Amino acid sequence: MADRIATVFMWGVALLISAVFAWIVGDLLLQGLPHLSWGFLSTAPTDAGRAGGILPILVSTLLILIVCMVVAIPLGLGTAVLLSEFSRRNPLFGRLVRYSLDVLAGVPSIVFGLFGNAFFSLYLGMGFSILSGGLTLACMVLPLLIRSSETALRAVPDDYRRAAAALGLPVFTTLWRILLPAATPGLIAGLVLGIGRALAETAALLFTSGYVDRMPGSLLDSGRSLSIHIYDLAMNVPGGESNAYASAVVLIMLLLIINALTFRAADRWLHQRITAV
Amino acid sequence: MCRARIRLNALCAFLLLMVACSGEPQQSADAGAPSEKLTGQLTGQLTLTGSSTVAPLIGEIAKRFEQTHPGTRVDVQTGGSSRGVADARRGTADIGMVSRALNADEGDLTAYPIALDGVAMILHRDNPLPALSEEQIVAIYTGQVTNWREIGGADAPITVVNKAEGRSTLELFLGYFKLRNEDIKPSIIIGDNQQGIRTVAADPNAIGYVSIGTATYEASRGTAIKALSMRGVEASLENVRNGSFPLSRPLHLVTLGAAEQASALARSFIEYAASAEVSDLTEAQYFVPLTQ
Amino acid sequence: MSRSRSDLPLLWTLRALAALAGAITLLIVAFLILEAWPALQAPGLSHFLTDASWFPASSTPQFNLIPMVAGTLAATLGAMLLATPLGIAAALFSRFYAPPTIASWFRRLLELLAGIPSVVYGFWGLVVLTPLIRQWAPPGQSLLAAILILSLMILPTIALLSETALRSIPRAYLQGAAALGLSRWATITGVALPAAHCGIMSSILLAAGRAIGETMAVLMVAGNIVKVPDSLFAPVRTLTANIALELGYALDGHRAALFVSGLILLALIVLLVSMSDWIVRADPTAAPAASTQARELRHG
Repeated sequence: MADRIATVFMWGVALLISAVFAWIVGDLLLQGLPHLSWGFLSTAPTDAGRAGGILPILVSTLLILIVCMVVAIPLGLGTAVLLSEFSRRNPLFGRLVRYSLDVLAGVPSIVFGLFGNAFFSLYLGMGFSILSGGLTLACMVLPLLIRSSETALRAVPDDYRRAAAALGLPVFTTLWRILLPAATPGLIAGLVLGIGRALAETAALLFTSGYVDRMPGSLLDSGRSLSIHIYDLAMNVPGGESNAYASAVVLIMLLLIINALTFRAADRWLHQRITAV
Repeated sequence: MCRARIRLNALCAFLLLMVACSGEPQQSADAGAPSEKLTGQLTGQLTLTGSSTVAPLIGEIAKRFEQTHPGTRVDVQTGGSSRGVADARRGTADIGMVSRALNADEGDLTAYPIALDGVAMILHRDNPLPALSEEQIVAIYTGQVTNWREIGGADAPITVVNKAEGRSTLELFLGYFKLRNEDIKPSIIIGDNQQGIRTVAADPNAIGYVSIGTATYEASRGTAIKALSMRGVEASLENVRNGSFPLSRPLHLVTLGAAEQASALARSFIEYAASAEVSDLTEAQYFVPLTQ
Repeated sequence: MSRSRSDLPLLWTLRALAALAGAITLLIVAFLILEAWPALQAPGLSHFLTDASWFPASSTPQFNLIPMVAGTLAATLGAMLLATPLGIAAALFSRFYAPPTIASWFRRLLELLAGIPSVVYGFWGLVVLTPLIRQWAPPGQSLLAAILILSLMILPTIALLSETALRSIPRAYLQGAAALGLSRWATITGVALPAAHCGIMSSILLAAGRAIGETMAVLMVAGNIVKVPDSLFAPVRTLTANIALELGYALDGHRAALFVSGLILLALIVLLVSMSDWIVRADPTAAPAASTQARELRHG
């Protein structure tokens, strides 16, 4: 009986979530799709974003994301490996790091924005730039990446570790050939969450990567991300909503594409690692 | 493999270091860079920060300025009027954008008006009241009147929409009605103009105030709001232009120190932003240009 | 012997990375305190708790942050109450109930939900949700609207990370349950949830952090009135909305006062983390130390 009720409940929840999702995304598509065209993707915005496209904004967004991930992935993966595999050697250090990351996970994005502005933009002299925006985002997604990677690594059955130890494999080989490949699905879920969070972020970028909607010439140029563009069009530019909707649709499509690519890349990586052993 | 990982880390560290080193000189170069060549041609980079009301307009003006003055770069960042003042003082920005008159304690800055804007009271389109007197508006905002019935409207509680602390629009509103923010009894506090428009458009019992250009533009597009006349003067950009609309404000660019202390590039940009060459841009962003 | 020597650089690299990651928090805290210092000195901390209201820019400034703390707590708590069961149910659905194709689509959908920018949620909340609530109890922009939007935003985090945790249960456990002839529901409550306890707990924590820290969406739907909410339909202002609404417009003392908001926010999070740390360690079924020791890589 309880089993029956639970089944109905689970399906009900799934349907509810899907329905709300369909509501929001349907609303977005309905309002955004008519304004979407190749021209929208391949031209620069004009008239404060009301007219024209989003090409420079797409480029800035991708650059910010790349900077963020290039810094956050090695940092996050390394920390997660340490926490899940080596923290017995120095439990206090592990606990301190974990505690500090839990706090970091709760720091509001606007505070990251303030911090990024003061530290990266002013103190390190990067100014309003894609670089300081990307680094600020890296700080922000780090706890998410570490948390999910740690969970994924812990999930690898201990038999793998024992088997590797029995074979006398060096730790690095165990990690690279066995543990990380085995944990890949979880690692990817975390990565995708992190990318989603980074793509969706507004408050942390407003004071770091800035507001300039011109094509960036280098990582030290200011560049407006898609989410800031949406925010500005929706909140600050009268008559901007249709392009705001269209930009939001683009953002979601971008997310879909990046997710698909990540999964494919991960599959391939997983395949290589295992067959190469 | 191991080496590959380490190399990646080293690369990141190097990247960081490089940027940390290269960023500094470049910024100081930015500040001093604007230089006039013998030909009188301007080069260099300008950074403007400040009022979110002014930022979209200056962004458009900056694009045209860059086109007519090749070799220049004008970066526009948004934030708020106070940020414009603070950044201009600190030197983070060459020029600040301020959507109000300068305060008494801001005498260290020089302000250049570039356009005019007004503030209009708005109601939901379906609100039957044709106009409100200034006393009625004060009574509504101070909580003496809390139902539309009391001033001849439908029997419904009034949703009083106020702006968040520090907004120039709020200061203008308070100054005009001689109110203190402490006396206001708001139902909802909003940040930006468009949020105010959406809030009022979604609530038949709401009253709020927003930038006049925004209000007339939105009303003309069929958004469910209407702008109220003040002292019998219709809320329109035309009446802001001829000076008859009482609730209006200048939009300013500010620089630190006296006018001569600004760089040649900054002066040239400010001159350009106030000139007739960009009045079409100003009108396209629903402000009133100073020169026709 | 040679093994342990070759492992050392790796270990130290990892330690350095972890130390760097951990140091970011310290850097942020130090910076917040630095910026808030003037306000902690001049009006003093007691003003932030005992003043009549919040008018930081007035000629007679008042700095009471209690309504904002209450707003943050109420909105976060409400969202957790709503999103936790739904999120865990969504994870269970995708792990145990849905056929594989549906499960993978459902996961994809959750990932998308996680990536929708908060501005879009706020926008949708402002245009669709608050008018609905307004018909019920004006003015519509309210604690309830904030709770609903926040739940929507943190649900994917809980669902996706809990799902990872559920996926990581050793297969033998589930096979054992099946061998015992346990029903699906009994397997879930008796085996799966206890086994994944730790991961689920940390996903909830992460979500709580996100709910406390969410800014833009809440700002657009919560009404932002500085008053301790007396009902679900009362407008509230959260600490984050307070910062976001006023920061671009704040100077000197006002600005420092907003950084005090940031510090209080951080204090709330430290409290939350310490609490959960305590819960997790007090619970023997989830003691991470024991399981970690069993799992540690054998090296050296």
